[in-house]
Amino acid sequence: MNLLLALGAAFQAFCTYLGQLGELASETVRSVFAGRVRLGLTLQQISHIGFGSQMVVIVTGMFTGAVFTAQTFFQFARLNMESAVGPVISVAMCRELGPVLTGLMVAGRVGAAMSAELGTMKVTQQIDALRALAVHPVDYLVVPRALAMLVSVPLLVGECIFFGILASYLVATQVLGVGSSYFLMNMYKFTEAEDIFMGVIKGFIFAVIIVLISCREGLHARDGAVGVGRATTEAVVICSLAVLISNFFLTMFLNIFFPAGV
Amino acid sequence: MAAEPMIDVRDLVQRIGGQEILRGFSLPVMRGETLVLLGRSGGGKSVFLRHLIGLMKPISGRILVEGEDITGYSERQLEAVRRKVGMVFQDGALFDSMTVAENVAFPLRERGERDGAVVARKVNETLALVNMTGHEHKMPVNLSGGMRKRVALARAIVSPPEVILYDEPTAGLDPIVSDSINRLIRRMQRQLHVTSIVVTHDMVSCYHVADRVALLNAGRVYFYGTVEELKQSRDPVIRDFVDGRSDEAD
Ligand SMILES: Nc1ncnc2c1ncn2[C@@H]1O[C@H](COP(=O)(O)OP(=O)(O)OP(=O)(O)O)[C@@H](O)[C@H]1O
Ligand SMILES: [Mg+2]
Repeated sequence: MNLLLALGAAFQAFCTYLGQLGELASETVRSVFAGRVRLGLTLQQISHIGFGSQMVVIVTGMFTGAVFTAQTFFQFARLNMESAVGPVISVAMCRELGPVLTGLMVAGRVGAAMSAELGTMKVTQQIDALRALAVHPVDYLVVPRALAMLVSVPLLVGECIFFGILASYLVATQVLGVGSSYFLMNMYKFTEAEDIFMGVIKGFIFAVIIVLISCREGLHARDGAVGVGRATTEAVVICSLAVLISNFFLTMFLNIFFPAGV
Repeated sequence: MAAEPMIDVRDLVQRIGGQEILRGFSLPVMRGETLVLLGRSGGGKSVFLRHLIGLMKPISGRILVEGEDITGYSERQLEAVRRKVGMVFQDGALFDSMTVAENVAFPLRERGERDGAVVARKVNETLALVNMTGHEHKMPVNLSGGMRKRVALARAIVSPPEVILYDEPTAGLDPIVSDSINRLIRRMQRQLHVTSIVVTHDMVSCYHVADRVALLNAGRVYFYGTVEELKQSRDPVIRDFVDGRSDEAD
């Protein structure tokens, strides 16, 4: 009975959370369509989020591509299928690894920063000061961040995929001795435009997830510095889990439109 | 028929976490007057001010601003009210990602002023009014408490609203700066006909700026009247507050 009550309470909390995210999303969309976009702030955020995250995304993509190549090669070599390494890496990078790695890195780097900044503004009454000056916090803080994420994350996904495949190519041909033309030919043959679409679509969706959760955490922060710390940790944890979980469902769903391996 | 109050608060009730903070608080504020709100620390004065611009919603009661009941307003509807009613927060609430000058320029830019020269001139004039010339380029974290308060004051008056809510504008300031702030509050009223509510513990400031005084005690308005009436009152609660006595034995 107690267990049931606890489950009920957890479910209710979860629904409330989803409701708050939905409310924030609808307020953001309405603000954009009412023409309350602040271009200057948006560009500033793009440089912050997009430009500043490149290094970490590229490094993550490259080393994951490299290690994945090595492992695939070791296994495939036993079956004499070394030249199949190329397409395996490129399809996996486009469909799964590129978007997920980018999502996780952006959640850690940008999600944390956003929730900490908004959380600090909340607990030091700067959000109230904005409201008191008749500036809606969603217009001023959330919309520029949301637009910047929508622009930046898909591009970062592309970058991650590109550098992952590049690293894979280098490792396969220079270190493991796979023939360059075999690698490239098989890669072209088995990689479709759909695979890249899928990565980019996932990038858009992860951008929405991360920005909504991080802003929600920041705007609901309370209890001073401790509360800001809590909001930041929660933003990163919830964003990362949401990226991983939604990725599974997105893969299943998008596979209907962009079937793999046909 | 008497003139309609600029702000009329009726039977406000607010509870936070089981603690009753306001229990039927009613207070009219006439157009163009300066009302000083006195009360014990932790009595709910700041909480009350937050209700007047819709930063908090009361549990019951009504708040009329120029006859409009704002208690049911949405965040967007409140924007019009907030352009009319400005607030100086107790601890400043400056934007810490902006310099002093950018903080003061913020309301001007939000009201659509695009001309950089006009903004710079108004910012300088307003900073001079609060004796903060020469600190334009500092960040708020590098200011003293009193300086932060004065910048917050400058931000609230740079594009003067019709009503200004001051939350302890002179607390933590030296007597000389306090006096210039008191004069500033008076001048805003005289020259721009601003209606003001000043929350303070500072009786000097109270006598200087008040047209009318209200004393908040136990969640209600315990006293409401002129400075003269306050001075002549024989009521022990009022006397203790005005003369600064606690009922503790030595
Ligand atoms: N966000 C909040 N959460 C919980 N309690 C609160 C909150 N804000 C205010 N309170 C409580 O409300 C009461 C009134 O606080 P308020 O800040 O209005 O006092 P005040 O009259 O402005 O005091 P002071 O003169 O010291 O500024 C206090 O007991 C305070 O603890
Ligand atoms: Mg206070």
